[in-house]
Amino acid sequence: MAEEMRIVLRNMGKIDPLKIEDYIAAGGYKSLEKARSMEQEALIEEVKKSGLRGRGGAGFNCGMKWSFSYKVQSEQKYVVCNADEGEPGTYKDRIIMENDPHSVLEGMAICGYAIGADKGYIYCRGEYPYVVEMLNQAIAQAKEKGVLAGFDIEVRMGAGAYVCGEESALIESIEGNRGEPRFKPPFPPVIGLWQKPTIVNNVETFANIPVILEKGADWYKAIGAERYPGTKVLTLTGDVNNRTVYEVPTDTTIRQVIYDLGGGIKDDKKFKAVQIGGTSGGFIPESMLDTPIDFDSMTAIGAVLGSGAVFVMDESRDIVNVVARIAGFFEHESCGKCSPCREGTKRMHELMEKMNAGQGDGTDLSLLERLGTVMTKACLCGLGQAAPAPVLTTLKNFPGEYQAKLN
Amino acid sequence: MADYKAIIDRYKELPGGIIEAYHALQREYNYIPEDAVDYAARVFDMSKAQAYGVATFYSYLKIGERGQYIIRICESAPCHVAGAHEVVRALEKELGIKMGETTPDGKFTLEFTECVGQCQATPVITINSKPYRDMTAEKIAAVLAECQ
Repeated sequence: MAEEMRIVLRNMGKIDPLKIEDYIAAGGYKSLEKARSMEQEALIEEVKKSGLRGRGGAGFNCGMKWSFSYKVQSEQKYVVCNADEGEPGTYKDRIIMENDPHSVLEGMAICGYAIGADKGYIYCRGEYPYVVEMLNQAIAQAKEKGVLAGFDIEVRMGAGAYVCGEESALIESIEGNRGEPRFKPPFPPVIGLWQKPTIVNNVETFANIPVILEKGADWYKAIGAERYPGTKVLTLTGDVNNRTVYEVPTDTTIRQVIYDLGGGIKDDKKFKAVQIGGTSGGFIPESMLDTPIDFDSMTAIGAVLGSGAVFVMDESRDIVNVVARIAGFFEHESCGKCSPCREGTKRMHELMEKMNAGQGDGTDLSLLERLGTVMTKACLCGLGQAAPAPVLTTLKNFPGEYQAKLN
Repeated sequence: MADYKAIIDRYKELPGGIIEAYHALQREYNYIPEDAVDYAARVFDMSKAQAYGVATFYSYLKIGERGQYIIRICESAPCHVAGAHEVVRALEKELGIKMGETTPDGKFTLEFTECVGQCQATPVITINSKPYRDMTAEKIAAVLAECQ
């Protein structure tokens, strides 16, 4: 029986998130103190050694990323917290910020010290104005107590653009521009916000940092999957009995998540598919449910861990209909900067609506596959590259669903 | 109502502050007045085209009037399978307008949105950003009655 393990959500339900005294009484801000007593290189080495990889979806080694910014000589550097969680089916960052905002602030301040930055931004999605208020309160308390040791944090609010979850688009948005991704390289750790070295990490990544400092890299590395250690916060949605949030070690399998924690499929129906990682994730069939959720195991089956959204569909769901809706999402959210995405998402949506209406034929299936492959390779940023995944994985794993709707 | 120039001026020292200024305008008016874009361009030292480009890029920002209560219906996959279209139908019927329109009295505007991050209780709608969860067609009348 799989069980929860709360590292990121360690204080959830135990402290009043808007009382800094509660956070401090639970050991809060001690890790920042500890970090500041260490040499910057040693601190970065500790984070690197823990094996913590970015929890926003890209899975890059966190300490390694920090080291890139640390190595650049610059009078000004920035730390940015990506709280623009826009992947449909995902609300874990909201849960983290609502229940323990100070753990995020502390993680950011530790990063600031490590790379030599005294200014941080939290870019919080516009859909969460109530979270922005909470964060501002938490920041005011931290300033009043003087616990951030001179590290300044400002909250900026997004305005409903999914693409701003991509780190360079997010940076453009903080600068007051349209949120269009930049050409890379250079990458943000070297040239980022206002052309200065900038570390952009996800909310969940930052919330892990204080615990890693407190308990040590070796402790953290021993949890979960070897190459993607620690825990992952998952949000269960769709046709599952327990539609809620769980934090589990990364060696937990998909089946354990859906059945042990999620309580299985609603109304005693049968399982059909699960889409993990948000709306850009792959669709996974029953035969792959014993895969552990860690980054590399998911990639190996042609899926992703992504944001940790777990969207369960029962036997009654029409996969082609759901994928058509998802294709509509990407057409709407494409920023329009690069043509493979701007045109590709539009054509893909058209083809999927045609399939869904029962007017598609075998040629359309080949077109979908070819277009998807081209977009995966040719799009500028992660949005366009991942947009075809729901189409391509359902063509592969659920071909019968398409066959049944052919003209 | 505060003058839009006064609202925008509050953000002129903030680097990249035009989006925050637009948010502040929307907190006051629920939309961005057309003239305010011109003024924002001058304050933030950009062309009117750029200021307009920013205001039209983001789906939460809107130039030109909309209602006192902005009702957004999430149509992302988890809400889609939970029956968001039935909620849409009920809202359109109750208010007598189509998605994207505003009631003649200027009270309600209906908009589609993508995920609002409340997927534990789908389908979800928001009214002026406040989420209403586990929505059904039957609940619509009561929810609208709250908007006074």
